[in-house]
Amino acid sequence: MEKRTDKNSYTILFAIGMVIVVGSLLAFAAAGFKERIDENKRIEKQLNILYAMGVNENEGNDMSFVSKDKVGGEFSKFITKQLIIQGDEITEDENAYLLDLKKEHNLTKDPKHERRLPLLIGEKEGVTYYIAPIRGKGLWDAIWAYVAMDKDMVILGAFFDHKGETAGLGANINQRFFMDDFIGEHLMDSNGAFKGVNVSKSNADPKNIDKTDNEVDAIAGATITGNGVAAMIKSELKLYVPYFKNLKN
Amino acid sequence: MGLLSKKDAALIKDPLFDNNPVTIQVLGICSALAITAELEASIVMAIAVLFVLGIGNVLISLMRNIIPSKIRIIVQLVVVATLVIIVDLVLKAYAYELSKTLSVFVGLIITNCIIMGRFEAFALANSPWQSFLDGIGNAAGYGIILVMVGFFRELLGAGTLLGIPVLGDPIEKTGLYALGYENNGFMLLAPMALITLGIIIWVQRSRNRALIED
Repeated sequence: MEKRTDKNSYTILFAIGMVIVVGSLLAFAAAGFKERIDENKRIEKQLNILYAMGVNENEGNDMSFVSKDKVGGEFSKFITKQLIIQGDEITEDENAYLLDLKKEHNLTKDPKHERRLPLLIGEKEGVTYYIAPIRGKGLWDAIWAYVAMDKDMVILGAFFDHKGETAGLGANINQRFFMDDFIGEHLMDSNGAFKGVNVSKSNADPKNIDKTDNEVDAIAGATITGNGVAAMIKSELKLYVPYFKNLKN
Repeated sequence: MGLLSKKDAALIKDPLFDNNPVTIQVLGICSALAITAELEASIVMAIAVLFVLGIGNVLISLMRNIIPSKIRIIVQLVVVATLVIIVDLVLKAYAYELSKTLSVFVGLIITNCIIMGRFEAFALANSPWQSFLDGIGNAAGYGIILVMVGFFRELLGAGTLLGIPVLGDPIEKTGLYALGYENNGFMLLAPMALITLGIIIWVQRSRNRALIED
């Protein structure tokens, strides 16, 4: 005799029931945690931005962010201005750092939309930091960065992160041995044209003494992630060049 | 073992050694290659799989009499995926840093063939308690191999363990590097994980000849 669980009608009912139960369970879980998760993401952004402009608790070779309960105060203390740049129009927006870069990137598929670029301006010990949040593609998924520059587009600090790069290889772009190499690198070449920073495997300067070569040392085994970092810097930071040109005039 | 009957104890012990899911059944290789470049990632993955396989096996075993056989694989997949997503959400809300380290493993856990294999081969036919032990045993067997491979890859590839330099500084040439030792960057690439795994399988089979198939 056919078992009850082999019947087609039972199978279909079971499948429908399972989808309803699992679907609502996950929807409830996602909705219930949404607020906390968004808050965590907001704090993370503030921590990363502060890290890029050198407000962190690094000691020796250790890497450490500002403590979480202090981050709100530190953020409003060091970040003096937040801008949204859209073509020639520059507006102040106190939530510019929360601008969804992925959405913004997708909007550019519409030729009528002019890309909005967030830019944060920070002051620390008399130095002005221009911090650009950028986003690009790694090997498996998204990579993003906060790059702090001075008015000549020389990198003063950088923070990189990724969604799902290979552990032990590409995932190391968020480690200090990689990020610290960017400090002091020039984004312009000697003629004043924008060149970016290449993540190079044939870099003859592994200790990174030459800061004007537009190159840093790549991570072995992480070629595509490294190329992604270089491509992101090249294409995204280039968009800020007109702003910095105006700044000088 | 006083706590467990002999049969139950075997459920935990067998997959650790003579019926190891990785070295004997050759399952779960993809994740064993992908994430063992660092010891820490190996340990995190081992714990995550322990958790998912232990609970998942119990859930499948509880439902074993009502799951329609025609769509049982889909049901198993849904159970793993749901578990993993809920764990991921809870971590994102309450342990954000940990969830960032784990995010890369979420996809790898769902597709881990050991998990599906144990659901299909064991939990569908056995009681929840036995399934739980079987899940823990197999996940631990998988974890041991992962940690072994991760240990050698990180040590020989990067000269560190859990991110701490143990062989000296390769750029300043201290410790072992002063003697002319160099890190083997090859160890960080996936093919060397396969060779490390092969060596472990070789050692295991030469110690226990009964494991060698004709």
